[in-house]
Amino acid sequence: MEDPSNPTTGNQCTGAEIVIRCLQEENVKFVFGYPGGAVLNIYDAIFNQTHFKHVLVRHEQAAVHAADAYARATGEVGVALVTSGPGATNAVTGIATAYMDSIPLVVLSGQVPAPSIGMDAFQEVDMVGITRPCVKHNFLVKDIKDLAATIKKAFYIAGTGRPGPVVVDIPKDITAQFHAFSYPETVEMRSYNPILKGHSGQIKKALRLMLDAKRPMLYTGGGIILGDASEQLVKLTRRLGFPITNTLMGLGGYPATDRQFVGMLGMHGTLEANMAMQDCDVLIAIGARFDDRVIGNPDHFFSKSRTIIHIDVDPSSISKRVKVDVPIVGHVQSVLGEMNDLLDGEFKAAADKKPEEAAIQAWWTQIEAWRSKKCLSYDRNSDIIKPQYVLEKLWEVTKGDAFITSDVGQHQMWAAQYYKFDKPRRWINSGGLGTMGVGLPYAMGVQLAYPDAQVACVTGEASIQMCIQELSTCKQFHLPVKVVTLNNRYMGMVRQWQEFFYGNRYSESYMDALPDFVKLAEAYGHVGMRIEKPSDVEPALKEAFGPKLKERMVFMDFLTDQKENVFPMVPNGKGLSEMILAEEL
Amino acid sequence: MKHIISLLMENEAGALSRVAGLFSARAYNIESLTVAPTEDPTLSRMTIVTSGSDEVIEQIIKQLNKLVDVVKVLDLNDGRYIERELMLVKVKATGPFREEMKRMCDIFRGRIIDVADGSYTIELTGTGSKLDAFLEALDKTAILETVRTGASGIGRGDRILKI
Repeated sequence: MEDPSNPTTGNQCTGAEIVIRCLQEENVKFVFGYPGGAVLNIYDAIFNQTHFKHVLVRHEQAAVHAADAYARATGEVGVALVTSGPGATNAVTGIATAYMDSIPLVVLSGQVPAPSIGMDAFQEVDMVGITRPCVKHNFLVKDIKDLAATIKKAFYIAGTGRPGPVVVDIPKDITAQFHAFSYPETVEMRSYNPILKGHSGQIKKALRLMLDAKRPMLYTGGGIILGDASEQLVKLTRRLGFPITNTLMGLGGYPATDRQFVGMLGMHGTLEANMAMQDCDVLIAIGARFDDRVIGNPDHFFSKSRTIIHIDVDPSSISKRVKVDVPIVGHVQSVLGEMNDLLDGEFKAAADKKPEEAAIQAWWTQIEAWRSKKCLSYDRNSDIIKPQYVLEKLWEVTKGDAFITSDVGQHQMWAAQYYKFDKPRRWINSGGLGTMGVGLPYAMGVQLAYPDAQVACVTGEASIQMCIQELSTCKQFHLPVKVVTLNNRYMGMVRQWQEFFYGNRYSESYMDALPDFVKLAEAYGHVGMRIEKPSDVEPALKEAFGPKLKERMVFMDFLTDQKENVFPMVPNGKGLSEMILAEEL
Repeated sequence: MKHIISLLMENEAGALSRVAGLFSARAYNIESLTVAPTEDPTLSRMTIVTSGSDEVIEQIIKQLNKLVDVVKVLDLNDGRYIERELMLVKVKATGPFREEMKRMCDIFRGRIIDVADGSYTIELTGTGSKLDAFLEALDKTAILETVRTGASGIGRGDRILKI
């Protein structure tokens, strides 16, 4: 018999308990958050639960970044919890970062009690209004009866179709009210039905074009990673024998050490990737969006004609910047799987015949000629540490098997160019929004997901200072992240643009008054190292990743060449084949 | 080119601002926007008048479809449609204007719905261009106030936007 006078018996829960039970139902393992007035009821319910681990960050921005990285590394929906007002606004950069890269997140934010909304209450901000342009969807829960169903919808929307962040704003009074807990098993929304299966007529049309191509090119993006389509992509690419390039977001989608991989494309892409993009006759774009950093000047891109096949789960990504000939809307894994099946079935004879083998051989000869220019070479005899060298050694020491997070700038581009990612979900960076400061919280999220994995945060002395407070979180949760700081005393990418396009006027890009990072790391209870000579690079990395420091966070401060630039570079407004190469300066 | 886009969306708080926000965030033109609940109170029907190249209109339709609250989108310009807008105009009705305004109102098949000593209020429905034509036909100094609803549109014959 339930005691009606005691609402906590039976299935009656507080709103806060409902939130916890929803997260349990979703099998959430980590919640990244920071308490505050409007979420105190929820934190009180967290106190008494053991289903998930709460990771206390030092700034809400880092909570969202860490949840975002957890999602990127695992494919699960990341969860962050923040309070109202400043807690909510601090989370916005993290939410926008996740939105631009289509990362599945559920961000729970506290709100002032419902009757106080609109009264300019203490720590009140219109979270739904502020986040509207940078979420896939958001909700304000106005009735406790809707709480569980709303959270269910949030997880469903975040993780399906083209993924993205979903905010659920929960007024404080709702978390204190009582209601029966019941979690819906499925979600039915008449207004939201992502298309999963590609149109089979279009898929066949695309395959015919691909088999008839003389200079084919595969160009794949973050969609391959998000859609767990790497296996199907590798199978398709090897079967066809075509060259393949990955975008910054797509690295690891195809093994970088494979001969068919021609490197990353775009503003800092390889010569062979960019030239092949420009010169191909059939371009197969998969889970990529022809971003401005990828194709450069669109008019220049269209100065050569080519047939474009575009596969994407989001119809609005197709023909947004570039008009395509064969659009295929569908989940990339499903579409590529269907293509592979067709190549083993209906199209087997056609594919085995290799109608354009001679042309494709000639195409490869051309690509090898571009590749032989070795566009990523740099001065290996320098007395100063070259940043590229640090990345190459990092790849060697970690046997190419680490999770690499990065911040934003030159170091990010060098990591993308020199760390050869062979597996998906190993390269964690802010591609779309380009958020400085993500590197360290990203590393936390990854290390929590994979406690035994090698996790390195490649960063610069400017970026790392944007979320440096998280060194404390790393200490509390024993996260043995290895920070690889390429310290050139400049905001490197800003300095590079100022050198190229602003007559060497280094306006406000010099990083003065840097802290002693070794002492700073030690102050937080970590191991600090300062590396000044090229000959010390490898020993330092070996020590940091070695057995003695396996359990420790290590902060490596590499003093690198102040004048080093990222090459190749497609200057803003130029075309893909108008790259500046290192030797040309 | 001018397009009239009709859509059905969940009748929820904030749904309108998602559409309005989309247009401003992506720098799409918006000439007018009307919205009201339908016979099914869980649904709102919206008519948006916008303009842009074919590519821009295609993107607008896709982006609208992407909004989680939007149930269905139809570009009325893809077929035959009817467009109507309501306008209320308050005009001077003194001296020679009193007779003139009555006559103009009749020509345009409007109705005088309020009469005061110095003014008439005229109700006029029609396409946007008919309403424009009416205003152009009036003596500018006679127009005291105008209010327009923005266009509502519906497909002709069997073209039905329903879930």
